Amino acid sequence: MIYEVFRQERKGQPFQHAGSLEAANQEFAESYAREFYGRRGESEALWVVPREAIVEVEDFVDELNRNYHRVDGYSLKDKLRRARERAGSALVARDR
Amino acid sequence: MNEQEARSLLEIADDELILGWRDSEWTGIAPLLEEDVAFSSIAQNEIGHARALYELVARERGATADELAFDRSPDEYRCARLVELRLLDWEKTIARHVLYEEADAARLERLKQSDNPEVAGLAAKIDREEAYHRMHAQIWHERLQGESRYVAALEELRPLLEERGAHGPELTELWEEMTMVRRSQPAGTAW
Repeated sequence: MIYEVFRQERKGQPFQHAGSLEAANQEFAESYAREFYGRRGESEALWVVPREAIVEVEDFVDELNRNYHRVDGYSLKDKLRRARERAGSALVARDR
Repeated sequence: MNEQEARSLLEIADDELILGWRDSEWTGIAPLLEEDVAFSSIAQNEIGHARALYELVARERGATADELAFDRSPDEYRCARLVELRLLDWEKTIARHVLYEEADAARLERLKQSDNPEVAGLAAKIDREEAYHRMHAQIWHERLQGESRYVAALEELRPLLEERGAHGPELTELWEEMTMVRRSQPAGTAW
């Protein structure tokens, strides 16, 4: 059985995928995960999860192209730049 | 540290060194890669324990850990028959692992009660690593306990746990390999 291992490097940090391993059962998986991802003090904690318990979602339908739903829907960067420029010129104007 | 205690530490150190060597023979050929890494790591731990124990005894005797580990003749080793066998069957290797860890746990428990704080401290430190070896042995034991070949291996090997003193030809063979490089230079060579 394949297990996926997630690793927390420091307390409070998010767990990140460390890798996967093959093991006969949960106990072996724990033991192997400890050897692979914990033995050198590189992890605060591990999550050891059977791969089949992981639900993968990879289809994100956007047929009508409603880009305002997406984080990149508006180009905030350009707006911010323009606002900063305006604010900058206003400051300069006031200083005069 | 009295002579009795030094001898008993040397006995454990010899067990750990020789078993570490035998376990390391699985590196690269274990039944699956994950087990290869895990078992090799156990082998390395055992040799690390041997080193720490040899160092304690070596200080008492005005020698070095390397001299105790490698410069004695095979018949001077105090290891059990169980650890010196070359076992290239997985079920026998696991049977030895299970038998050894069980006996080692009891022995470490006694050592942790030693009046000598250095000995007690080292025993506690070793035991914290051995706890993971015991977990590893236990899950294999649970997995194999219904297999007749494994049960037979346990029966065959159990008596060898207590056999000390008389060694088989395997130990001499192992010793020759183990000390080959060291013996290739005059005694006292700095490596």
